[in-house]
Amino acid sequence: MATTTVFVPSDTTARSLGADAVAAAVAAEAQRRGSAVRVVRNGSRGLYWLEPLVEVLVGDVRHAYGPVTTRDAASLFDAGFLAGEKKHALALGPTESIDYLKKQTRLTFARVGVIDPLSLDDYRANGGYRGLCVALKLTGEQIVATVTDSGLRGRGGAAFPTGIKWKTVLGTAADQKYVVCNADEGDSGTFADRMILESDPFVLIEGMTIAGIAVGATKGFVYIRAEYPQGIKTMRAAIERAKAAGFLGENVQGSGKSFHLEVREAAGAYICGEETSLLESLEGKRGMVRYRPPLPAIKGLFGKPTIINNVLSLASVPVILDKGADFYKNFGVGRSRGTITIQLAGNVKRGGLIELAFGVPLNEILNDFGGGTATGRPIRAVQAGGPLGAYIHAKHFATPFDYEQFAAVGAMVGHGGLVVFDDTVDMGEQARFAMEFCAIESCGKCTPCRIGSVRGVEVIDKIRAGENETANTALLRDLCDTMVTGSLCALGGMAPFPVLSVLNHFPEDLKARANKPKAA
Amino acid sequence: MSEARSPHDNDIRSLAEGLAAEAGALLPILHAIQDKLGYVPESAVPIVADVLNLSRAEVHGVVTFYHFFRTKPPGKQTLYVCRAEACQSMGARALETYARKKLGVGFHETTADGRFSLEPIYCLGNCACSPAVMVNETVYGRVTPQRLDEILS
Repeated sequence: MATTTVFVPSDTTARSLGADAVAAAVAAEAQRRGSAVRVVRNGSRGLYWLEPLVEVLVGDVRHAYGPVTTRDAASLFDAGFLAGEKKHALALGPTESIDYLKKQTRLTFARVGVIDPLSLDDYRANGGYRGLCVALKLTGEQIVATVTDSGLRGRGGAAFPTGIKWKTVLGTAADQKYVVCNADEGDSGTFADRMILESDPFVLIEGMTIAGIAVGATKGFVYIRAEYPQGIKTMRAAIERAKAAGFLGENVQGSGKSFHLEVREAAGAYICGEETSLLESLEGKRGMVRYRPPLPAIKGLFGKPTIINNVLSLASVPVILDKGADFYKNFGVGRSRGTITIQLAGNVKRGGLIELAFGVPLNEILNDFGGGTATGRPIRAVQAGGPLGAYIHAKHFATPFDYEQFAAVGAMVGHGGLVVFDDTVDMGEQARFAMEFCAIESCGKCTPCRIGSVRGVEVIDKIRAGENETANTALLRDLCDTMVTGSLCALGGMAPFPVLSVLNHFPEDLKARANKPKAA
Repeated sequence: MSEARSPHDNDIRSLAEGLAAEAGALLPILHAIQDKLGYVPESAVPIVADVLNLSRAEVHGVVTFYHFFRTKPPGKQTLYVCRAEACQSMGARALETYARKKLGVGFHETTADGRFSLEPIYCLGNCACSPAVMVNETVYGRVTPQRLDEILS
């Protein structure tokens, strides 16, 4: 009897909903019935509302079932799921035909959820290491030019052109250069970096190797947040396998070029997602933000020229080298080229990972993909770009995903996270939390951030308690202005954005609470 | 200068010496100590400072800068409750209140029987299935108070 392959995701979110037990139940049920089944733990497709999403390979088509619980194992077998039959209530048909996935353009996430994350064979059979192959035939200048021409901008949030950063490092002579990957994904509402780390770690290794070869850096670090224990383990295991196969270390694939890679575990400081603070942390110090200049590209880690990029930026490099700058650039709008990986989260019916060419309007994501709120109530606000991003009012939901068009309505694309709130949200409380979070996470180096955030919480409390409401509201705006213009980095400089968005678009919630009109 | 000896001193010194040659070794050393002991005891500061040729102030400064390092032994299990926005949108504030009441402790505290420590956490990357908690290294999604009871029992 032929063995049937069944995929059960090993991703953190799938596991948080019981995927490990489901994998065990499927294996046990197969054994009980004497069916030959091989259970593969793939990554997640990112259709998180359907997790645990079990897939069965029939011929060369994968059929999906979800969300599966352990109680469903027997009935799935009864309903012929090993043959891909659609009789069971949880049957979703061929995975690739599920609308949510079919409508996407998966470039960076092409393999995520498809392959066994730690199988180098799977990786290579699905287009992996083709980008490096191309890069090894090019000069450093040519690799950098390809990345520049692709229009790729930093996906961590700052959207700085990746190729320009690389060019600076390439043009700076030094005895040692570094490539650092910022995997300190601390923004609430984001999980795309985690998915790469857990579901396709080799793509990040390949992207970093290309970066190293391009600029002559022989050493790289992946700085991963401590909150992602599975990402750390998977990445470390993948590095060992890449080393054993000659894709890392001395003389990469016989090219005569070397690139060594190591995982470093962060320690729970949000500020270390800021690149200079991250470098301090890698050097074994407190994560205090550095003054700029000098830029990290000139004086970065241990004072050496350093490429520091987000996971998604580096993970996008292999496909750009493989398929060419034009291929990538032809997706997108305006100065936002290629694809954006949107992470739809919070109070939403169908949350998950949505990779699309730039230009899709926000409401299409919220409604067509998201299906509205999980609670079934109207959407009141969406926070885009993490805790430092503005709360977007419904009147701006037609805004297309584009760095500049988001900025035009006072919002930011950032790392692509969207947190949805229904109409029961107290926006005054959200504004207060923005300041509270800044106070908890401030590195303390500059006064506007360190003191301003604490005063921000106090002033908001006074306004909400009805104490000199008008004067204190003016004071809050003044304080926000000081923080925005006077802070050393984006933490203090942007923490006021959610606060200001509440003042500007939801002023009825940032008032004395007794005076607040009741929600309709 | 004489030091108060602790039973962990030898372990700490050998962990520190084993990693001292790494570039930027301090964080890896502190992680190794916490992985082994569950926390970074006060007595580790002078030892690590000595091994890395740093001042005690520098080591103390790093230990206390990072939320993840703790200087007191934790409970048998640590419950991390996510307080960030995606979880807030799905009732994390109520869940946090419930967790405090159920365990009878506040954040950064341990129950009297030593079974649970309660810690806040700002995002587990499980934001499409909020609210989330983590127990030691296991993440749980869509956690209601009732599900929290099951998780902790």
